[in-house]
Amino acid sequence: MDEFDRALINRLQHGLPLVRQPWEALAEELGSMSETLRARVQALLDDGVLTRFGPMFDIERLGGAFTLAALAVPEARFDEVAAQLAAMPEVAHNYRREHPWNMWFVLGCATPQGIAETVARIEARTGLAVLNLPKEETYHVGLHFPV
Amino acid sequence: MNACLDNRQALQLRRLLEAGLPLVPRPYRRLAEQIGSREALVLEQVRQWQADGLFRRVGLVLKHRALGFRANAMLVLDVPDEQVDAVGRLLGQAAGVNLCYQRPRRLPQWRYNLFCMVHGREREQVLGLIEALLAAHGLSALPHQVLFSTRAFKQCGGRYAPPAEAAHG
Repeated sequence: MDEFDRALINRLQHGLPLVRQPWEALAEELGSMSETLRARVQALLDDGVLTRFGPMFDIERLGGAFTLAALAVPEARFDEVAAQLAAMPEVAHNYRREHPWNMWFVLGCATPQGIAETVARIEARTGLAVLNLPKEETYHVGLHFPV
Repeated sequence: MNACLDNRQALQLRRLLEAGLPLVPRPYRRLAEQIGSREALVLEQVRQWQADGLFRRVGLVLKHRALGFRANAMLVLDVPDEQVDAVGRLLGQAAGVNLCYQRPRRLPQWRYNLFCMVHGREREQVLGLIEALLAAHGLSALPHQVLFSTRAFKQCGGRYAPPAEAAHG
């Protein structure tokens, strides 16, 4: 990861031009070659710096739903419960946080009803109560994260 | 112009895009081949989705830890209901705050109704930033906690399109 990678990541966060040959357009802008750009992005994906690349749908506008949820997991069961959540396609992120509510994750489903069903499934599988905190208002979503 | 895909192709395209844009010189041609359509139609569909505001963002999912942003804090505050919109707008615009949402209280287990995500390279720096931010806006007296993440178990872009079978009816 070097300065060029950082510049590339920062530029890509503003999007790729919606044209037939987007990498050509970007290469021209950055004074590089399209093959070079693709190879860099592939290397960043391989290294795990990027986990995906491409347009991302706003699932709420497509009728889907998100929520932030938490569990208070007994220490001895932490890894077991993390593995249970990791196996569920509805779980998009899962973080351990320093708090009695120590496991925090995002659920994404195609429908709001899917969220309720997923919460119920997690409670049944883990035997733990889910703290379900769907957002009620958005004040800011950072679209750009300078690196 | 009748540039459009049928519903089944549109859903297939959505599912393919959720996995990411192919890293090839002409990604829309590749996608068109995969769904049995033409490059121009796929590009037109993606432009239409873009124009309709269906893309939340470009969808670069960064692993903040791999980039050296090791301190990921969730600041939660208990703000009186009549002030939460004003405080949310204030904190949402502050430098260093990446996301800011109002969420429900769940008493007695959970009293906090405003959530801000703050990323930084070092924990002390993030804590300092948060306390300075609250002080600058006269909010230090509000009940609040900072929850740092210590491990990330799963970080990926979600895939939400219905499964393939749904496309057929």
